[in-house]
Amino acid sequence: MAKKKESVEVIKDAGENAIFNKETEGLSQGQIVLRRFVRHRAAMISVVVLFVLITVVYTALDWRIGDEEDPFVIPGWWKYGFEDMPELRYGAECVNGSVGCPTFDAVPFFDGDGVSLGEHPFGQDDIGRDYLALVMRGAQRSLLVMFIIGAIAATLGTVIGSIAGYFRGWVDAILMRIVDFIITIPVIIIGSVIGFHFGNKGAAFLALLLGLFSWTGLSRLVRGEFLTLREREFVDASRVAGASNRRIIFKHILPNAVGVIIVSVTLLMSGAILLETALSYLGFGVTSPDVSLGLLISNYQDAFTTRPWLFWYPGLFIIVIALCINFIGDGLRDAFDPRQRRRLSRKEKANARAMQSRSELA
Amino acid sequence: MFAYILRRLGALVVILFGSSFLLYNLSAISTDPLAELRLSDAPNKEQLILNLTRELRLDLPPPLRYFIWLRGVLGIFVGRADFGLTREQEPVLEAILGAIPTTIRLVAVATLVAIVLGIALGITSALRQYSRFDYGMTFFAFLLFSLPIFWVAVLLKQYLAIDFNDFLVTAKISPPWIIGFSIVTGFFWAAIISGSRRQVVLIFSGVFVANSIFLSAISATEWLSYPRLGPIAIFVIGIGIAVGVTYLSVGLSDRNALKTSLLMAVVGTISYFPAQPILSSDRPRLGILLLFIALLIVSVSGALLFARVDRGPVIRTSVITSVLIGTFILIDRMMQAWRPYVESDDVNYRPVATIGQSTIWLSEVSFWVRVLDFAMHLILPTLALTLISFAGYIRFSRGTLLDVLNQDYIRTARAKGLTERTVIMRHAFRNTMIPLTTIMVGDVAGIVGGAIITERVFAWQGMGTLFNKAITSFDLNLLMGVILFLSTLAILANLIADLLYSALDPRIRVGAGK
Repeated sequence: MAKKKESVEVIKDAGENAIFNKETEGLSQGQIVLRRFVRHRAAMISVVVLFVLITVVYTALDWRIGDEEDPFVIPGWWKYGFEDMPELRYGAECVNGSVGCPTFDAVPFFDGDGVSLGEHPFGQDDIGRDYLALVMRGAQRSLLVMFIIGAIAATLGTVIGSIAGYFRGWVDAILMRIVDFIITIPVIIIGSVIGFHFGNKGAAFLALLLGLFSWTGLSRLVRGEFLTLREREFVDASRVAGASNRRIIFKHILPNAVGVIIVSVTLLMSGAILLETALSYLGFGVTSPDVSLGLLISNYQDAFTTRPWLFWYPGLFIIVIALCINFIGDGLRDAFDPRQRRRLSRKEKANARAMQSRSELA
Repeated sequence: MFAYILRRLGALVVILFGSSFLLYNLSAISTDPLAELRLSDAPNKEQLILNLTRELRLDLPPPLRYFIWLRGVLGIFVGRADFGLTREQEPVLEAILGAIPTTIRLVAVATLVAIVLGIALGITSALRQYSRFDYGMTFFAFLLFSLPIFWVAVLLKQYLAIDFNDFLVTAKISPPWIIGFSIVTGFFWAAIISGSRRQVVLIFSGVFVANSIFLSAISATEWLSYPRLGPIAIFVIGIGIAVGVTYLSVGLSDRNALKTSLLMAVVGTISYFPAQPILSSDRPRLGILLLFIALLIVSVSGALLFARVDRGPVIRTSVITSVLIGTFILIDRMMQAWRPYVESDDVNYRPVATIGQSTIWLSEVSFWVRVLDFAMHLILPTLALTLISFAGYIRFSRGTLLDVLNQDYIRTARAKGLTERTVIMRHAFRNTMIPLTTIMVGDVAGIVGGAIITERVFAWQGMGTLFNKAITSFDLNLLMGVILFLSTLAILANLIADLLYSALDPRIRVGAGK
């Protein structure tokens, strides 16, 4: 019995191999990775959600370009800006006596009036500012911080890691000691020290400084990858062919390490958005009058029992953004992993078996 | 090996020097403790500025001040460490030593729970790869990864403290809740055990009915208002523990082990009666120690009595069983303190605490009420920290176990005809634990970082509070003290992780040249 089962397994394995080989025939590495990524359902959903979210968030408010007095304005789709102060709704307009309650009606048609946004879908804050506009502004800042930290950390981490891994010796020793200095201090601590002193200079500047301290983990990974790749035959071959160090690093080794880099940068970015919100919560991040999602939660956490919407919406935005990025990272990891195989559907398995038995007959 | 440790410790000193120099100067350059005074309009402004300048040595450039600070710290090698004074003229060392126990209590419990639960869920998830349970766990883990801890904390405060305390006043579980809970647990167990469709339906309905009856009984007897276990419940739980531990540890086919641990369940239940007066005495700590020593002696001698050969696993099984049963006896004793605790004026029927690390008692209370008080204050912060950190363990233990299960030696073990239990628990699980151990140790420093936020949310007075105070009051000495402590912890954790790795995995030799 067991023997029979085993032989079935062998046939199955061989058949599946045939399917996978057939699928990747004539495709470049990039195309294979892209195909695998597109097949990852959770990751694709996340890509779409994140794309829609970014578009919605960045087109919501007016963009003012140019000088303060007479700016060139690109109007956003939402009527209020985050600094506008419309009249605070209270009394009869709100149920159970709260102020600035949300008008968003998400219950479709049961209560007779369908889905509608209303005047202030997310409600209003203490002084009447429209909360949708505030959340949009906060999400803009948080996304900006996330992308800046990601970009700086990716660049620094890749360059420093590849130099250390490629040249080894004293260059490596010095660079890795610097990494050690930074990596021993918990990120939240460095972040707080930086944030407390530079938070008032704006979100972008804060992100820039945070980026300068978040590349260390990535550089270690890249270095490890370079240490193994530089010993491979293709590197020797290109060296014999007379390639310069720069060419070997950027044209030969880096493309082989790009999977590791992309995956860890996505994870770093989801960490970055949480870091920014945590710092703003502690009061060491983005400070008022600027707005960020963490700052909104921190400002209104005590209002949770009476006006929970002030707490829910920024939190939901953080979670959705971080969740999307995490899933995209997971999808990329699977896509770049050469051992990774998707599960075959029943039909494909049947095909594989048929193919196998045909080839055995032949 | 010894040389390796020495070399690493040497590196530790160098790294600590580098990182402290970096941070000291970073924060010294960017802060201006005088800013507030400059804006003030006190009549003796000049004098105040002069005083503060002298006190904080602001006349010297930051790198020079760093070396003055370093000279004090280096005194640690001659036994006279001087970490300087805080702005309130309190020695930094004392402030930190006062805060450490609080933070450790918070971090230790959270880490332990996160490790045990995370590994259990991760391993179950790996054993049911690509099942609904697996996908559910993956989503759950990613969701936890994406949650800001302070956001979770506020939700926990509302629903698990305020609302739950309201609920505890009557402690009546309404039928919709009972049905809802039972459906969720039914799905959970059906998804874990899985099988053919008929089996799944059977498991689901079994769990559903059992859970509904259980919850209705709890509601009807007002158990949540008057919680206690008593000897009968301890006996039933003890039998369950004995069978469960034996199954996981050596398998039920080992009759000797099963007999020994069942004996321990009986002994544990009997020891419940003499334990009561001992635990309620004036010196319960001694009582706890005696109880556990007695249980250990009985379990080891019982194992020696029943097993003639291969005694190691049998002893292990019965010792684990007896320790678990002993813990339940302690839990029962703690539950007996519930009524006095809840009814006391300082608690006033709000047992789940939202802030602080303990109640400030206005009157004298017994040892067990104090212990219960600590526990009730620990619940929310621990839950918040656990939720955040155990996602990593779920993912990591799942991935590692899947890697291990693809190894050749697992195939060999199966081919030998070993039972699935032996393959998983003895061959796969142990090898999964090797990389997990290093992750656990390395993670401690990260959790301490997370504790900074948690302490803030729940108003605990630990390292996080010190750190906050240090930053906002420009207290360089205090700040450097906290950072030095945390980074030493991180580096030591790394070193221990490396040593453990080489101890657990004989293929890895530390310090054996390049």
